Amino acid sequence: MALLKIHEPGQTPLPHEDERQLAVGIDLGTTNSVVAISNDEKPEVLRDTSGGNAIVPSVVYYGADDDPVVGEAARDQINDNADRVVSSVKRLMGRGIADVKSIAGTLPYHVEVPTEDAEKSGEPMMVRLNVGDRVLTPVEVSADILRALRARAEESLGKPVEKAVITVPAYFDDGARTATKDAARLAGIEVLRLVNEPTAAALAYGLDNGAEGLYAVYDLGGGTFDISLLKMQKGVFQVKATGGDAALGGDDFDHAIAEHLLAERKSGGTTDDLDASDAKRLLKTARKVKEALTDADSTEITVSLGGSETTHTVTRAEFDAMIAKLVSRTIAITEQVLDDADILADDVKGVVLVGGSTRVPAVRRAVADLFEQDPLSDIDPDEVVALGAALQAEALTGGSDNLLLDVTPLSLGLETMGGIVEKVIDRNTPIPVAKAQEFTTYQDGQSAMMIHVVQGEREMVDQCRSLARFALTGIPSMAAGAARIKVTFNVDADGLLTVSAREETTGTEQEVAVKPTYGINELDMANMLRESMVHAREDMEMRLLTEARVEARRNVLAVQAAMNADRALLTSEDEDNIAGAIAKLEAAMSGEDRDLINEQAEALEDASRPFAEARMDARIRQALAGRNVDQVN
Amino acid sequence: MSNTGTSETRTAEQPQHKVCWSCKGPVEASALFCDTCNAIQPPGQLDHFTRFGLERTFLIDVDAIEATYLKQQQLLHPDRFASKSAREQALSSQQAATLNGAFETLKNPVARAEYLMRLAGHEPEGGEGHTVNDPALLMEAMEMREALHDADDRNAVDAMIKDTRKAARACEKDVAEALEQNAYDRAKKLTTRLRYLMKMTEEARAKKSRLAAA
Ligand SMILES: Nc1ncnc2c1ncn2[C@@H]1O[C@H](COP(=O)(O)OP(=O)(O)O)[C@@H](O)[C@H]1O
Ligand SMILES: [Mg+2]
Ligand SMILES: [Zn+2]
Repeated sequence: MALLKIHEPGQTPLPHEDERQLAVGIDLGTTNSVVAISNDEKPEVLRDTSGGNAIVPSVVYYGADDDPVVGEAARDQINDNADRVVSSVKRLMGRGIADVKSIAGTLPYHVEVPTEDAEKSGEPMMVRLNVGDRVLTPVEVSADILRALRARAEESLGKPVEKAVITVPAYFDDGARTATKDAARLAGIEVLRLVNEPTAAALAYGLDNGAEGLYAVYDLGGGTFDISLLKMQKGVFQVKATGGDAALGGDDFDHAIAEHLLAERKSGGTTDDLDASDAKRLLKTARKVKEALTDADSTEITVSLGGSETTHTVTRAEFDAMIAKLVSRTIAITEQVLDDADILADDVKGVVLVGGSTRVPAVRRAVADLFEQDPLSDIDPDEVVALGAALQAEALTGGSDNLLLDVTPLSLGLETMGGIVEKVIDRNTPIPVAKAQEFTTYQDGQSAMMIHVVQGEREMVDQCRSLARFALTGIPSMAAGAARIKVTFNVDADGLLTVSAREETTGTEQEVAVKPTYGINELDMANMLRESMVHAREDMEMRLLTEARVEARRNVLAVQAAMNADRALLTSEDEDNIAGAIAKLEAAMSGEDRDLINEQAEALEDASRPFAEARMDARIRQALAGRNVDQVN
Repeated sequence: MSNTGTSETRTAEQPQHKVCWSCKGPVEASALFCDTCNAIQPPGQLDHFTRFGLERTFLIDVDAIEATYLKQQQLLHPDRFASKSAREQALSSQQAATLNGAFETLKNPVARAEYLMRLAGHEPEGGEGHTVNDPALLMEAMEMREALHDADDRNAVDAMIKDTRKAARACEKDVAEALEQNAYDRAKKLTTRLRYLMKMTEEARAKKSRLAAA
């Protein structure tokens, strides 16, 4: 490492060693999860203690009184304790009635759907799962998976791990993103950034190859499909366009095979009446068939359900036919995304394959045909996302020459008259972004306005996802059309939305962090934190203490920089006062008392005030004298 | 609620310098960072052209401003401030959002033209969903829509996309000329037409992928 490092403005030195906590990258998948860490831009996945598998199946077993079991061991319980095993919970993150109705049948466990009444009340109503004797939200189940990943990382690294970059499908809407962040909070993990999975994958490839140009990332996992186009130039990764389907993946292949097997049994005279546990076992069998057909042209399987056993042979050609529709759907979405970005398949320099389902030969063939080139696959498609996330975690905590510029995956808008959506932020807009739109009242004397925030591409409100409703009240009495209501949408670097509304002529204002309709409300969240995390309080205290130290150190550095710049304006009295205050603040910073740090920071501000004022005065005098500021010094 | 269009940004006379929130000393009003203590500053009211160091003109080199954009984003993006204080993170988010907004506006010819008009104190014609009363344009739009509706294979749609793009490029030149001559009424009309042409191109593209998917 160089002894002397000159930093660009804003890129001040790395945080002190003691505050630079370990940050890992987590691919929290529908089917499988992986945790990785990066040092000196060399990422590696963290394996179980026996040095074996990097993959942790995203499956949780809830035994009668015991702690939840996550991963392979939980999956092994499917045969005997199907009703206590939860899998594919990611599909339910941030979901509500409508979505659940459409996918509930495909889920191997009982989902408790919120009532329509509760839905109408506008209260956040999250789907709940009946698992054995417990009732759980998808957020809690995800938190259990994250806890297991955190534990694996801590065990493997021998140090506490509190920060992580967590990946989400680019196509995840605001509700699902918030749910993911909530899950991390429950697991005691501070999310440095939510990064889109395909972007993370590109990051893993981009850094290795120093690639410039346009790349496509095709990610077909267990439950989701994502396609993203990225441009890499001069160390900046720009997401140009993204699309996908949050409910399309290898699980659907399994279903196709399961249906095929049931149909064969039926034509052989066996009529099945499946319960939840049968369905889970049949799907497990189907998956084996599918994975076998990746390497073999045909496979034989025995299905035993309800006491009747049947033997089937499935060929790859048959399988290809079963999934042909699903595969062409991914290709159609890909073409749409190319069109959106005004990019021809020819312009794409490389195609990155991500996700276990890209091992299916028919999928590889379809992708290769579309882009007229063999896709890249030198990084394990199961690990590539976690590796990229780890790189980003390192970049965020330790600095980096690369930058990742991401976009909003879906358009954001407001309901206007007649249930029509007025888009405020278009999909594929670079984030962070802040955009405002003005509206007016349509009735004389109207004193309130409902603000209904939606996400999606369709024109009518009921075809989009409802994110939040709130009312701007206290609008003073005016004629219709006279009020000027400015609604501002803010999307941060994690892709999370905040909306505020303000009546411009009077300044009446209201702001909501958009808590998705299907999210957990703050009260439930607080209860869960209390119940599930003994250390929640301490963690919070620790975070506040760290924040106070960071802020105090910045203060000291700022005052010292000012003294160096304008020493001539510094009286010896001020200098003594400032030096004294800095010494006291530094002493406080080495202690654990957050209030004392803040107190001493204020004292430093007081001590340096006369000097700061002298600096301002001097500048104003120079300006009045008509001299160019740059000529002084 | 009903829409009254995108809220506008106007630039007023700005003071030369302000107080740096971090070291409390003077800092130039347009500075991104304090040159004394390096702290990131709030975005302020710079107009988009000044932000990119450009003259106020319609004809700009989009590739060149993209290079400036990337350079500035390297410095301002929240990822650069992930281990900084909450305040610096918030300022970085504001700066990056402002920069994104400025780049998006200048990059898109319709947005750029309208922005120039607003800077010159002329309110452009309403955006989407507002009635247009230029009969010639209405006629042209109707014909294009019909042609698109009738086009039933990829080649026909492709040809339409080519046509509208060509027309849009020509229209852009006309907009530039009108703005150059401060002929704002003409510029407004032409910009509305340009918006139509770009929208038609978009719709044609959407139809093309629908045909491909079918
Ligand atoms: N060899 C294989 N052949 C076909 N499909 C596979 C193979 N290995 C894994 N898969 C499928 O990949 C999916 C899991 O992919 P993964 O990327 O881990 O999912 P997710 O990102 O949704 O967690 C499952 O549907 C699994 O059956
Ligand atoms: Mg995945
Ligand atoms: Zn300063």
